[in-house]
Parts: sequence; C-alpha cells; structure tokens
Amino acid sequence: MADKRMTVEEAVAEITDGMTIGIGGWGSRRKPMAFVRALVRKGVKDLTVVSYGGPDIGILCATGQLKKAVYGFVSLDSIPLEPHFRKARQDGTIAAVELDEGMFLLGLRAAAQRLPFLPTRAGLGSDVLKINPHLRTIKSPYADAEELVAVPALNVDVAFIHMNRADAQGNGQSLGRDPYFDNLFCMAAKTAFMSCEKIVSTEDLVGGGPLQSLLINRMMVSGVVEAPGGAHFTECPPDYPRDEAFQREYAKTAKDIDAWNAFRAKYLDVSEVDYQKAVSA
Amino acid sequence: MINHEASRADVCALAVAECFRDDGEIMVSAMGTTPSLGARLAKATFAPDLLMTDGYNLLLRRALPLGEEPADEDVEGWMPFGSVFETLWWGRRHVMMGASQIDQFGNQNIACIGSWETPKAQLLGVRGAPGNTINHVTSYWVPNHNARVLVPKVDMASGVGYDRAAALGSGGRFHEIRRVVTNLGVFDFNTPDRRMRLASLHPGVQLQEVLDNTGFELAIPEGVGTTPVPTPEMVGVLRELDPQGYAQKEVVV
Repeated sequence: MADKRMTVEEAVAEITDGMTIGIGGWGSRRKPMAFVRALVRKGVKDLTVVSYGGPDIGILCATGQLKKAVYGFVSLDSIPLEPHFRKARQDGTIAAVELDEGMFLLGLRAAAQRLPFLPTRAGLGSDVLKINPHLRTIKSPYADAEELVAVPALNVDVAFIHMNRADAQGNGQSLGRDPYFDNLFCMAAKTAFMSCEKIVSTEDLVGGGPLQSLLINRMMVSGVVEAPGGAHFTECPPDYPRDEAFQREYAKTAKDIDAWNAFRAKYLDVSEVDYQKAVSA
Repeated sequence: MINHEASRADVCALAVAECFRDDGEIMVSAMGTTPSLGARLAKATFAPDLLMTDGYNLLLRRALPLGEEPADEDVEGWMPFGSVFETLWWGRRHVMMGASQIDQFGNQNIACIGSWETPKAQLLGVRGAPGNTINHVTSYWVPNHNARVLVPKVDMASGVGYDRAAALGSGGRFHEIRRVVTNLGVFDFNTPDRRMRLASLHPGVQLQEVLDNTGFELAIPEGVGTTPVPTPEMVGVLRELDPQGYAQKEVVV
C-alpha cells in the first residue's frame, strides 16, 4: 500500500488559480488551517471555496485570494459572524452563493454520490431561491406531484480536511464528538488531502478509539500530512480547544488594515513551523 | 434570600416555555439566552419529555443551569450535526430563533440589511432558517420589540412566513409558526388570513406601547389578556436555571 505522507507544500503544489476548493470542519471547529496557511503562502488567486465556513473563508477573503464563497454560514462560533467575511461582503469584493445549511449538506451528498442534484423542501418559499437564480425546483414524478428544490451537486476540485489521527496510508480518525462532513468533502472532490495531529501505525490508529471514529478510509485521500496544531486557532478536541484569545486578535484585524498587515507578516507570511513557534511563544 | 417575585424577564421565560408545552417527545433547539432558559424551564417543569442538547452534540436528560457543563450522568444521547439535519427533515423538532426583522406574516430575516447583493450590513446569513421553517414548528424571540425589528417588509426572507408558505400549497404543509415572544408581549397567527395577532400583553405593558413599536398593523382581538406570571415555585426554578441572571440582563423593560 502506498505511503501517502507528504508536506503541506507538496499537498498544495497542484492548486492553481481559479480552482474550486472544499474545506472540511465546521465554523471555527477542526478546520484544516495548516493547508489554508499553505494556500496563503502559495498565493493562488481567484479561488472558489465550498465550506461550512469559518476562518478558512475569512483569511482567504482578507488576503484577496477568494473570488467566490459557497457556504451554509461563515462563523467563528464564539464570534457569530466571521468579521473578514463580513467586510468582504459589505465591500462587495467577493461573489457569494449562500445556501441553507441543510441544502449545503445535500449538495455535498449529491456530489459524493455523483448525482446532479438531491431534492429537498428546504429553501421553498424563502429568498434563498431569489438570491441563487441558478437554483431550480423539480416536480415529484409520483402521485403527490410535490414541488421540491433540486440542490445541485457541490463538486470541488480539491478537498482539504484535518483529523486527529491518521496512518501513512490515509486512514483517518476523528476523536471529537462531531465528525462533521469531512468524508463527504473528500468524496465530492477529484482529489483530497488530509492533515492530522499525529501520524501513527495502523494498529495504533485502530486501537486509539472506537471503530466509528475511523471516519476516513484510504480510498478517500491522496495525501497525508502530519501537522501538529494544524487546526489552530480553531478547536480540535480532544487534542486542544479553540484558541479564543488568538481568535479575538485575528477578528480585530478586520477593522484595522495596519493590524491585519502585522498579523499577516507575523503569522501567515511564515512557514508552518514558524507559525507554530509564534503561537506557542 | 432569593427574591421569588417575577420580573419581566421571568414572564418572558415562561412565555417561551409555554410555546413548547404540548410538544411531547421532540427536539427543542432554542437559540439565545431567553429561549434557552424558557426551554429548560419547560423541560424542568411541565414538558419533561422534550429532548435538548448541550448546544453542541450531547442530548441531556435534565435541564441544566445556563452555562453549566454537563456531567457524564446528564447525557442520554448523541446529536451531531448530521443527526440534527436528519431530525429537522424528519420534522420532530421545534426551533426558537431570533429575528433581526420579522413581518406581519412571520417572514423572518437574519441574513442581511439592505439588498443581499450589496448588503448595508451582513448579518448571520440565512443559516438553517429556510429549512427549519418549511420542515417543522418554529417560534421567535425578540428581546427588543421595536419598529425596526417588527417591519412591514423584511429585507430578505430567511425564515418562511405564512403568506409564502400558503403560496406553496402542499409544499408548505409542515410550516407552523407557533408564537412570537417579545419583551412586550406574546403574538400568534390565529387570524383568518394568518396575520400576526397580539395574544397577550406582559404585565405592566400598555397596548399603545406595542402599537407604537410595531411597524405594521397588528390584529388586536377584543379583551386581550395578560401574559401569565410564573408562580413563586417557578421563579425559584428560573433562579436555579439562571444563577448568573443572564436573562435578566437580556430583556429590555
């Protein structure tokens, strides 16, 4: 079996301008931030990001690399609205596809199942259909003839996820209490990369938690990166909670361009190793 | 010595709890301080069958005080986000959300102020409001009843109101807005054309105060009653469920 270990730089090597990127996690929870930081260092532009959004979308808004956000929400959880995303929306610097949170899940599922769409009642009657003129409804072919929203598949070029543990072959383990939808992100993508807190032997992986924590199997990912603190400053339980102080510092930079430039120079225009040193200092 | 005299915030918490009284064995998702307190009051007293989470993914067998972390023995089940979506599509859920704007048919906006394309203020986005409102019972909580919140027309319909649900025909058959609770009164939609109606005024609130602070024409039935005041025993439960008094600070009198 292939040894899929690589560096974050190698994982983002094939990302090019204009690609559609799927990012796992949820809000400010278990986000693959080491990959996001690598995207910032690489400087790829005009990205479309598909995400239950948090600082992944916020940072790429702030760096000007994000062209279009596709989301169910963009939140820092303890700060309900991502401030850099808010600024980008109000300044009109990004395009947006805003979906109901459940519609977003169905779009991921449709992509994972290679379907053009999945039907739902969610969205009917709301302005989600008005702000997304590309959305269509479909009539049930059965006797009920009910009109439903056909949520189009959220296909992505590349997906990035972060797990607690993984083995070198690409089996991944979520040890927190919520798996979110990282498996679907991998299956909705042409290629997927997984970072993790620690790469362990397959034996230790299987022994390290209940079987149902083995959310990712090696079919789903092309590369595995060991990135301790790779979800920082978002939470990655049980390994670490959200770094609320750091998140507040990050959030404040949305209102002050000098503060943002200083933040960027200190934390983003540096290697992952130096980032981890800076935040543990 | 604990003061067992009911405040406006206590009246609001009981009014919230009453929204869930006959819900039986379904999941309640209450967003915000007073909704959380009211839902816990319902579970702790007259609606023990309700299922509630810790705000994350643990289903809890008892109503915990606001801010208290659950102990192992408080847990009765697991409700990660994937299961939340399945549950809401199944319809076994009653959500109480906030509203940045709400109109006379109960259309709710939490997404943005101004046009969505170029928002004057980006708010939360639609979040789960479209799916919630079309799939199961919804109630709303407004801590600051004024004409900027209760508006003739919402800037964007996140949550679906009765006029839009009716236009859907069978697609709207699971839609129900149970009640809107504000710091001034309780409102429902029990009118022939499903316009918002004043159901009761909180003690000490004058009808004119409600009319002056509502941006559309409310249905006012004859002989509007007063919102029930929690008994001293219930106030005692509320003090236990909110020892820090978060809800007291939220409610504008």
